[in-house]
Amino acid sequence: MNPTLSRVFPWLFFAAAAVLPLLFASDYRLFQLTMVVVYAVAVLGLNLLTGYNGQVSLGNGAFYAIGAYTTAILMDKFGVPYWATLPFSALVCAGVGFLIGLPALRLGGMYLALTTFALAVATPQLLKYKLFEGWTGGVQGIVIDKPDAPFGLPLNPDQWLYLFCLLVGGVLFLAASNMVRGRIGRAMRAIRDQPTAAEAMGIDIAMFKTRTFATSALFTGISGSLGAITIQFVAPDAFGVPLSLTFFVGMVVGGGASIAGAIMGALFIQFVPNIAEEVSKAAPGAVYGLILIGFMFLLPGGLASLLRLLNGKRA
Amino acid sequence: MDGLLHQLISGIASGGIYASVALALVMIYQATHHVNFAQGEMAMFSTYIALTLIQAGVPYWAAFCITVPISFAMGAVIQRVLMEPLAKAPILASVGVFIGLLLMFNSVAGWIFTYTLKPFPTPFGEGKPLFGGFISRHELGSTAITLVVLLSIWAFFRFTRLGLAMRAAAFNPVSSRLVGVPVNKMLALGWGLAASIGAIAGMMVAPVIFLDPNMMAGVLLYAFAGALLGGITNPLGAVIGGFIVGIIENLGGAYVVGTELKLTTALFIIVVVLTVKPAGLFGKTVVSRV
Amino acid sequence: MLLEVKALHGAYGESKVLHGLDFVVEEGGVTALLGANGAGKTTTLRAISGMIKVEGEITFAGKRIDGMATEAIAKLGIAHVPDGRGTFMELTVEENLRLGSYTRNDRAGIAADLAKMFELFPKLKERYHQQAGTLSGGEQQMLAIARALLLRPRLLLLDEPSFGLAPLIVREIFATLDEIVKATKVSILVVEQNASLALAIADRAYLLETGRFVMSGAAEDIRKDETLRRSYLGY
Repeated sequence: MNPTLSRVFPWLFFAAAAVLPLLFASDYRLFQLTMVVVYAVAVLGLNLLTGYNGQVSLGNGAFYAIGAYTTAILMDKFGVPYWATLPFSALVCAGVGFLIGLPALRLGGMYLALTTFALAVATPQLLKYKLFEGWTGGVQGIVIDKPDAPFGLPLNPDQWLYLFCLLVGGVLFLAASNMVRGRIGRAMRAIRDQPTAAEAMGIDIAMFKTRTFATSALFTGISGSLGAITIQFVAPDAFGVPLSLTFFVGMVVGGGASIAGAIMGALFIQFVPNIAEEVSKAAPGAVYGLILIGFMFLLPGGLASLLRLLNGKRA
Repeated sequence: MDGLLHQLISGIASGGIYASVALALVMIYQATHHVNFAQGEMAMFSTYIALTLIQAGVPYWAAFCITVPISFAMGAVIQRVLMEPLAKAPILASVGVFIGLLLMFNSVAGWIFTYTLKPFPTPFGEGKPLFGGFISRHELGSTAITLVVLLSIWAFFRFTRLGLAMRAAAFNPVSSRLVGVPVNKMLALGWGLAASIGAIAGMMVAPVIFLDPNMMAGVLLYAFAGALLGGITNPLGAVIGGFIVGIIENLGGAYVVGTELKLTTALFIIVVVLTVKPAGLFGKTVVSRV
Repeated sequence: MLLEVKALHGAYGESKVLHGLDFVVEEGGVTALLGANGAGKTTTLRAISGMIKVEGEITFAGKRIDGMATEAIAKLGIAHVPDGRGTFMELTVEENLRLGSYTRNDRAGIAADLAKMFELFPKLKERYHQQAGTLSGGEQQMLAIARALLLRPRLLLLDEPSFGLAPLIVREIFATLDEIVKATKVSILVVEQNASLALAIADRAYLLETGRFVMSGAAEDIRKDETLRRSYLGY
């Protein structure tokens, strides 16, 4: 691709993503595509942390849960409009991410993987805990309403929700791609590839890693909020280890350190398990496992690296 | 007071299980600096193998004795086929493979054996609790088995030539090769041994918590907590840590947080250890800040 | 001829370190590889032990060993004291020595050799149950040599045995090495920056400069030839 095209392409893609589904997709397809946007933001959040900064989190589902519950509780108990809950969940998740990241990130990479894994295992239990039941609804969870299109726009709620998520997702993707291309992105990659040199350059590695972790939690939290609004329901058992591992699979399949990879990873985790599930209830896990191992050996750079390869050949 | 004593004994019994799995984790961690996230699922799968044998009419102890070597082979093959080629790959690759294995074992078990809870027999008899009701037969028996396993592993590493070679390969692979130790074979043996220990732990815990594909998730978490608490670089420390975590879990569950937050207790222990004493109680300081 | 090396090329990634070395180590006696830091001495030893991939032919006791695994080469009878001494720091002195005889099964022979090591290095007997990481540099060097000899090698590769040690201890170690050569049939290939030290015990010497031999000959001739020494070895 030539430089102009590659600069314009994301905008064309965004415009097409905004218009085409509204014209052609059924409500159910639209719902699925909305979830693709939701997952894309979550995978992007994980990618900032793991792909760009080299830290493995197996528990980002916990931040997705916190985001989802923040939105659900604010809407259900406090009557906050859906769009206004997003900044809250962003803040809450970034804060929690900072606190959890602080101890784990001072140590080697395996410690974060381990701690976040433990977080993922414990999340459903915490959400069910009876002291929080008044807010979280315990095992029953919380049902929330689907928002209508504002300003009298001629859109049905599914269409509006899709556009809303796409807009929020677009802003986050733009922010992320600016971030990774700039000074912060360089520091993130330096810490991943050359930690000793990065430290010599005066980067406070522990603090930087913790901030990246908080940023990742923030993205994932907003994704959780959008997910809660889209599904109109939150319940503890949806936010266990499988969810966290789903994001991990999406990140690996899409490709680490790639913005476009996050979208491909999200398409994968939305559509492939559906297909696999027709074979057996257990099949999605097997497919995930097989594909994870396969990618590690055959395509460690994920689908994004294939794309890069094709691009390189044409150029 | 009686309740407290009973909880303490139960804690020691489950602590033995956590100690075993923690030891399996630490053995692999020492040699490779990888945490095997699939350790629990491998143990779960082994337990299903044992159950299948028992249901086919094989006597319990025969099934036990067949399951352990099968698990050993499973661990060794995984190391040779999957882990060895990635020995020098970045952390993401090894975590990816571990998670891949976890998902595969879990779903294949669900596929073959379904997700319903299954009772698993105890070889120690269902009779009345012993010593005035303080300890069930299974608790006593499984604790004894666990201790025998831990002691034999310790003796193996301490007194045998092979055990010494495995330790050497873990500490200093370069020098080990120079004195003629086949390091890759030692790693495969270590994986086999870890898988066998896990299998025994699985068979000992299954009668208590019932067998299902997700059985080991909680156990693995406690084993993590135990390994970190004792020091992930110190096998003996990890074993002690496992027992401590078992006791904390039972006492905490009974008197402090209630059973609903048992898993959170493990998370709490992990975070506290990493914050206060990252090397664990008995580990060496290994602050790799990068 | 115990070891024959032909057209040895070696590289670390992109940078070539060895540019076609040819040399031999005769049965019995000491061969010295001399040269400055970065000349390729350590790389040569690593190539022989199969620790790095190289091009060229390496024949040990009539058998091609290039491309073989390190542990298999050790089993054939090549013991290697690596740079940095390769101590198993976490293990005891006893365990370090037991690892030295890992490839052997003759219990009686091992016990006899261990007794011999205690004669050569009495310090090791005193420290037998101590953790090896607590030993001084000189003691660790002795431990490394004893560990290597317990393999009962036909060829002993020594990488800078003098490195980082006080002169007095270096002299002690080289005196012991001399004793070992005279008492046993082991052949030694020693790498040294300190040329005068190595030449004192060597029979034959090769001088390496940036991956090529610039001179070789009988150690005695080099020792006696002052101009040669001055121009190449700087002493």
